[in-house]
Amino acid sequence: MEVLALLIPVSLFLGLLGLVAFLWTLRRGMYDDPDGDSQRILDTRYDDQPKPMDKDA
Amino acid sequence: MSLATARPSACPACDAAPAAEALAARAPLPGARLLLSVPGVHCAGCISTIERDLAQMEGVNSARLNLTLKRLSVDAQAGIVAQDVIRRLERMGYEAHEMDAGTLSLTQTEKQGRDLLMRIGVSGFAMMNVMLLSVAVWAGAEGPTRDLFHLISAMIAIPTVAFAGQPFFRNAWKAARAGRMDMDGPISFAILLTLFISLYEALLSGEHAYFEAVVMLIFFLLVGRYLDFRARAVARSAAQELAALEVPRAIRLRDGAEATVSVADLTVGDVVLVRPGGRVPVDGVVTQGQSEIDRALLTGETLPVFAAPGHVVSAGEVNLTGPLQVRVTAAGKDSSLHRMADLVANAESARMRYTTIAERAASAYAPTIPILALGAFVVWMYLSGGDLRLSMNIAVASLIITCPCALGLAVPAVVTAASGKLFRKGLLIKDGTALERLAEVDTVIFDKTGTLTMGTPVPTNLDQHPQAVGAVALALAEASGHPLAQALARALRDRGVAPADVDAIAEAAGYGIEGQWQGQRVRLGRAEWVGAEARSVTAAYLGIGATTQAFTFADQLRPGAAEVVQALQAQGKDVRLISGDVPAAVADLAQRLGIADWQAGALPADKAAAIADLHAQGRKVLMVGDGLNDTVALSAAHVSISPASALDAARAASDMVLLGRDLSPVADALRLSNTAMKRIRENLWQSGIYNAIFVPIALFGFATPLWAALVMSISSISVTLNALRLK
Repeated sequence: MEVLALLIPVSLFLGLLGLVAFLWTLRRGMYDDPDGDSQRILDTRYDDQPKPMDKDA
Repeated sequence: MSLATARPSACPACDAAPAAEALAARAPLPGARLLLSVPGVHCAGCISTIERDLAQMEGVNSARLNLTLKRLSVDAQAGIVAQDVIRRLERMGYEAHEMDAGTLSLTQTEKQGRDLLMRIGVSGFAMMNVMLLSVAVWAGAEGPTRDLFHLISAMIAIPTVAFAGQPFFRNAWKAARAGRMDMDGPISFAILLTLFISLYEALLSGEHAYFEAVVMLIFFLLVGRYLDFRARAVARSAAQELAALEVPRAIRLRDGAEATVSVADLTVGDVVLVRPGGRVPVDGVVTQGQSEIDRALLTGETLPVFAAPGHVVSAGEVNLTGPLQVRVTAAGKDSSLHRMADLVANAESARMRYTTIAERAASAYAPTIPILALGAFVVWMYLSGGDLRLSMNIAVASLIITCPCALGLAVPAVVTAASGKLFRKGLLIKDGTALERLAEVDTVIFDKTGTLTMGTPVPTNLDQHPQAVGAVALALAEASGHPLAQALARALRDRGVAPADVDAIAEAAGYGIEGQWQGQRVRLGRAEWVGAEARSVTAAYLGIGATTQAFTFADQLRPGAAEVVQALQAQGKDVRLISGDVPAAVADLAQRLGIADWQAGALPADKAAAIADLHAQGRKVLMVGDGLNDTVALSAAHVSISPASALDAARAASDMVLLGRDLSPVADALRLSNTAMKRIRENLWQSGIYNAIFVPIALFGFATPLWAALVMSISSISVTLNALRLK
């Protein structure tokens, strides 16, 4: 049972990590246009190099 | 957005000093962000076509298309106006409407949405972690291990409830202070009581603690709340979109200088300039200029009327040929537009507040939760001879099992799925209850001009005219901005007619166009001016020397109009046509579409009266209209739809808005609303059945935290899956 002392903090930490990641994606507006994002993968414009970042993005 | 409005308005001296204005115009101006609604986009091709093309447009820094919202955001340099972008989009084949960036910033709504999402995220994280610990307890952890797990669960659950449960506590507090009882009261009570008892059990190393059930309850309820909020947020932004489509500006003339001002700033006695093609912003009297006025939106008349100094014009009318100066007689609250708005407000208040099926279910269900729990507590106190801890545990178990997770999801999940489907078809639902009301409709009333028809004329008798006549007409028509002339020019060009060699072309504002052709005077315009005999139908007259010709016009049918009438009749709905236009035109259209029941020459009040009549007979009426003359009828009807091209007052008065030109989504909406209602009822039954099975188990004292968790997740998920079945 000593392993619990390690595992519980680890699981809490990993959960928190997931939460932080979710909040980060939320702030970056990644849920603003789900339909558009799924279609943009078919776009050939930025195949060679990534799109230059917008100032406000 | 125009140059004038992009500039800060806090500069009264600028109006008086044109030189300063000119200087200001040369200085680099901050860029403008344009927002356009583009209902026709649907695929990756659309995205790259539009973004690629606009990237090459001069003055445009960047453009991004949001496919989910069908909204294009353009980052442009000042000086680029929405009209330029709209024209470019139309050349690519996409219909677009301007939206006002100011009213569309939506910061408040967006903040609320993100706030709810954040709470969902936090409660989801807590739910997973607490569940992990609970599974260990259910699997047989005992003694100090179980107590440790319970205490860790409590450490996670308590801050989570404090943060994620706030929306419920706040609403419950508000309702309690107002002396009302809604769903949030019992929910908050259940959450707090369960949390408290679980903590107590955990500290006393009890067997059962409901931490995971509390957090799960909050999670599922928040998801339902978020879906509900999304449906409402779309509704709110639609109302804003509507106000935004018509940007309220006027050109005020003062000391010979033009200034673009907000309509709200105009006062009686001001003189405003209405350019050809512009909408009259106020009620007033023409002081200078001659033109023709299109009153179709106000009255349903298709024929333009003549306007000259002394004539009275009303807000909402469209100036066609010549610039007019109008002295304001009524602005703001006193204008005819506002009087119409008051009529609409009256009609709306007369329409009884609609109680939705969710509200009915909730009001029947809300009191039973605490009553059942209290009953269980009292009965078990008696049975166990005063065992407080046991009775409390059973009361909490029944509280958590009766708590309406599935009920909270049953309606919003279906409404969200249905609104999403309809939005993709091109119909925006503005009012959350509209879908439910639509399902009850048995009678559909259409307006004619602008609704079943495009409101744009198309020449009908081009074949009767010799080639030379067409060529002369084309040369004259191309010089005018009048809609009949433009329609004529477009139709003649499409037929491959080349314009004749007409010299000295001049427009007589309000009358027509004149020129010289082969030594003869040629005129295209009004009958009396050309010297022709006026016909009863819409027509433009061409005079070559002494001979005259008439080009007759008919209104073009809106795409999907014939199909939608057929589909509605096939669904067994009573389809009617009520218009303010002349009987001949209405009868002709009714016959073309196969509508037996029609009424012509109807005033706004007549339309509303016809609807009131049908309501008195117990019918539920869907009104589809676009004009100002329809607004009263739109707000009086059980449910109403207007096209995007409608005047903002009409769109504001209606429950749904057609985003594109096509009318056919109306029939889809009726069909889908029926299916949606079926799903909602199934969902309510489903959650009812779950309760009927598990409430007795809880009352008899057999329920464990494992049961509560199972019931809650299974019922919530099955309700959501049922909503997604919507086709």
